[in-house]
Amino acid sequence: MLLIRCPYCEEERPELEFRNAGEAHIARSADMAATSDDDFEKFFFIRSNPKGIIYERWRHMHGCARFFNAVRDTVSDRFLMTYKAGEPKPANLPGAAK
Amino acid sequence: MIAAFRIPGAGRLKQAETTRFSFDGQSYAGVEGDTLASALLANGVHLVGRSFKYHRPRGFLSAGAEEPNALVEIKRDSARKTPNVRATVQELYDGLTAQSQNRWPSLSFDVSALGDIASPLLSAGFYYKTFMWPKSAWKNFYEPKIRAAAGLGVAPDQPDPDHYSARFAHCDVLVLGGGAAGIAAALAAAETGVRVILADEQADFGGSLHFESGARIDGQDGFAWAQAAIATLNAMDNVRVLSRTTAFGYYAQNFVGLVERVSDHLQNPGRDLPRERLWQVRAKRVVLATGAIERHMVFADNDRPGIMLASAARTYLNHYGVAVGRNVGIYTANDSAYAAAIDLKKAGVGVAAIVDLRDNPTGSVIDEARALGIEVNFGRAVIRAGGKLRVSSMTVQPKNGGGERTIPVDAILMSAGWTPSVHLFSQSRGKVAFNDETKRFVPGAYAQDCVSVGACNGTDGLSATIDEAYAAGAKAAKDAGANTVKGTKPKVDASESWSRGMLGAAPGAGPDTTVKAFVDFQNDVTAKDIRQAVHEGMRSIEHVKRFTTNGMATDQGKTSNMHGLAIAAETLGKPIPQVGLTTFRAPYTPVTFGSIVGHARGKLFDPTRKTAIHPWAEAQGAVFEDVGQWKRAWYFPKAGEDMHAAVDRECVTVRKTAGLFDASTLGKIEVVGPDAAKFMELLYTNPWEKLEPGRCRYGIMLREDGFIYDDGVVGRLAADRFHVTTTTGGAPRVMNHMEDYLQTEFPHLNVWLTSTTEQWAVIAVQGPKSRDIIAPLVEGIDMSDGALPHMSVREGRICGVPTRLFRMSFTGERGFEVNVPADYGQAVWDALWAEGQKHGACAYGTETMHVLRAEKGYIIVGQDTDGTVTPNDAGLDWAVGKKKTDFVGIRGMARPDLVAKGRKHLVGLKTKDPKVVLEEGAQIVGDPKQAIPMTMIGHVTSSYWSENCGRSIALALVAGGRDRMGETLYVPMPNGTIEVEVTGMVFFDEKGERLNG
Repeated sequence: MLLIRCPYCEEERPELEFRNAGEAHIARSADMAATSDDDFEKFFFIRSNPKGIIYERWRHMHGCARFFNAVRDTVSDRFLMTYKAGEPKPANLPGAAK
Repeated sequence: MIAAFRIPGAGRLKQAETTRFSFDGQSYAGVEGDTLASALLANGVHLVGRSFKYHRPRGFLSAGAEEPNALVEIKRDSARKTPNVRATVQELYDGLTAQSQNRWPSLSFDVSALGDIASPLLSAGFYYKTFMWPKSAWKNFYEPKIRAAAGLGVAPDQPDPDHYSARFAHCDVLVLGGGAAGIAAALAAAETGVRVILADEQADFGGSLHFESGARIDGQDGFAWAQAAIATLNAMDNVRVLSRTTAFGYYAQNFVGLVERVSDHLQNPGRDLPRERLWQVRAKRVVLATGAIERHMVFADNDRPGIMLASAARTYLNHYGVAVGRNVGIYTANDSAYAAAIDLKKAGVGVAAIVDLRDNPTGSVIDEARALGIEVNFGRAVIRAGGKLRVSSMTVQPKNGGGERTIPVDAILMSAGWTPSVHLFSQSRGKVAFNDETKRFVPGAYAQDCVSVGACNGTDGLSATIDEAYAAGAKAAKDAGANTVKGTKPKVDASESWSRGMLGAAPGAGPDTTVKAFVDFQNDVTAKDIRQAVHEGMRSIEHVKRFTTNGMATDQGKTSNMHGLAIAAETLGKPIPQVGLTTFRAPYTPVTFGSIVGHARGKLFDPTRKTAIHPWAEAQGAVFEDVGQWKRAWYFPKAGEDMHAAVDRECVTVRKTAGLFDASTLGKIEVVGPDAAKFMELLYTNPWEKLEPGRCRYGIMLREDGFIYDDGVVGRLAADRFHVTTTTGGAPRVMNHMEDYLQTEFPHLNVWLTSTTEQWAVIAVQGPKSRDIIAPLVEGIDMSDGALPHMSVREGRICGVPTRLFRMSFTGERGFEVNVPADYGQAVWDALWAEGQKHGACAYGTETMHVLRAEKGYIIVGQDTDGTVTPNDAGLDWAVGKKKTDFVGIRGMARPDLVAKGRKHLVGLKTKDPKVVLEEGAQIVGDPKQAIPMTMIGHVTSSYWSENCGRSIALALVAGGRDRMGETLYVPMPNGTIEVEVTGMVFFDEKGERLNG
């Protein structure tokens, strides 16, 4: 069971309290109705599914109930960091150099 | 009376304290502290099982958890039957009853052992090759026969009456393995004051100190030192010592699963004790001190009862005081088996000869064996064992060929060397590394905050082990935050040293032979099988493993993996590291379902949700159905009524007078805030800004892909407050969906969402008399049609308690939904029921609710829609705000495929024969005479007998359905094809006049 740090509660809590909510930083267009078919496809269907670093959303379901973002290594399952929803994709990842 | 093979004065058990047990119906005497294995051996019993595939007689290989052969059933009572218990682990208690497995009619005469003679048919991969055709024969003939013939124990056939507990624990240093290394590490960590947990799978701590007679630590015998150290640790407040506790799985971030066997060793466990306890431990640092497991020698008929690991024989002698034979032979490729010969000889047991595969080994144990007068042979191999139900001889030959010599023995003790137990390290995702010099895999790169010490780390010798473990324990404590406190490192006064050994098949079992030299005892895999797998094209060890099943039995190849790998590597002509080691997976040893499930069984498996009105419905004799976690009243049968009669009566009564329905399970979400209307505009297809407070609207929620996700009536209570209802099953995900958008896509909106599902009890009162029933109980609300029209909501009081009174209808009749705080639900229901009785109203359940809404063509999301239905498909275009520029799903709905012609539309179906009720889910075709497989053009989503219409009615999704009005379609069924006519979705009161009736 993973330990996940909720950036709102500022605590590491067991995975049981959380729910994964898919890839992060996929912005919904402000002008949704005018989105082209190609753009809609990218927005709705296409996910990076990387081997390695993934930026993803989690919800602290049985805690503060907030959605937040996390950087996780899909190979080791290690969380490199978590940050609040709406914050930009972090430029420097702790411990990601190796 | 002392058992025949118990040596007076030997071992550590109190031989006077006897205990009775039975095996296969025969009664025996054991000694307190025995395992079932040691007690049977004390009575001279070696034959305890039959092998998985060939039904060969088997005895004890080991004295521990790695045991592949000696699996028995332990029976306490008719429900408490545990199969596949390793007799080497099961502690004896008075009255223990054990049975052998996988034999018929008896252990010494097993008919299926013919499989051994017919074994050329049963070689590696035989399943895949022999039983290929005809296809049906696999299911009907081969598989049942194979399953009956091959196997382990029989699963219990009654519910498990025991209970299992579970605990979470946190610690600074978790030490796994309680031999010399683990104890030393735990002492070092504990002395610093940090929280330490030390766990070991055995009843007594000490690990290999159980048998290492040559070990002396701090001036005392090694095992005695271990007990004293455990007593010290037990006395410390910061230490938890867990015996009989197996760490079975090492998961992410130092999360380790352990199972503590609490009462399997007790004669009368008592109801207050759990059988097992699951520990889920999160540790800052883990010290792995899991030791090493001795390997057997791979030679012909090496599985005969009486042939066992040398260290096992030492354990039986030095700990349990049991001699495993009277005239034992030794077959070894390293030093450690010499110690067994020496210990046995000193205890008065005859040692026929030591056969050492090595050419000219030297060392003190060899000298000592010679000094004791034991015959020692170098450069020779045991090429065959004699005997069937018990080994009777060993045939010795120079390893490069030459004259054979057969030596009579009643036991053979073997040692091919020691395999470090890297299971948990590997589970932690650490990478093992092959040490070419010592021919073993040892921990390489670490993935977690753990460290391996002692034999599992490839560290040889007790002194080096204790040095390493003590330092590692202290460092782990420091890393976990301890301030260094100086303790005293245990001092090793004397120890044994073991040199390396060999891997793979021994001489006489080489590639040119066809003998049965077992690599994996539990799955009956021989050296020949592994070579055959390579010859048949398996290159990766993972393929060899699966083709031969080597290492795939419940012992997970603890003794066999390295031999199998070496034989595969040799056959492939590649070095071992290039062939690779198979992955170690949890659990280390088998774990009961009970310990994983814990208390989460029966009623505690999943919550049951009941409404405030549930007890009333129960008292009325309602039949309930499960809707998600909810129990809902399905129908209310009167005496003599079956379901159809009850539903017909309820349906007619609602439309004639009125009915009361418990709608409390409806999901309810309060959407509040200055931007509440804006939020609703974005989450639902409908327009909300202009909905006046006090009015309601049927809302449709889509996913971003444009498909219907949920629906429900929404009441606007004020400019900034909406009372949203959702489907019963959809409430949690709708709430999650709303929160997701509010928090991440529309965080600029000032809105609060609150789930109020369980705060409101909801009583639907539907039917022409509904207003008459409610009105006398209501205060502060004008109930006239002018003041409270269809689709409106008012706040006031009913029966003196606050209510949100909705005028709405899911039946097509004049209807109301009375929301009251859940605590008042039953009282208000009672009052409404009393009023209803005056008008002849009935209580109705979910089935009637379904029929009445289908008569009106109202859809149920999840029944009439399936996640691929758009509002247009469902005929709900009118509910999509045409002028809206954004809502979730607006773009998805416009995708080319979703606006294409020929999509499935929701339509009504009437059977040509009004008495025939279609089956829900039945497929629809256009031409019933077409060839099979027919082209399906849709399916029935809802279908009922409608007493009000006097005929059957159905809803269906049909390709181009709205363009097929009046067309005849066909529903092919096993008993014939049913003709149907495509109709509109409304079957009753098409004009909707009864809403105000």
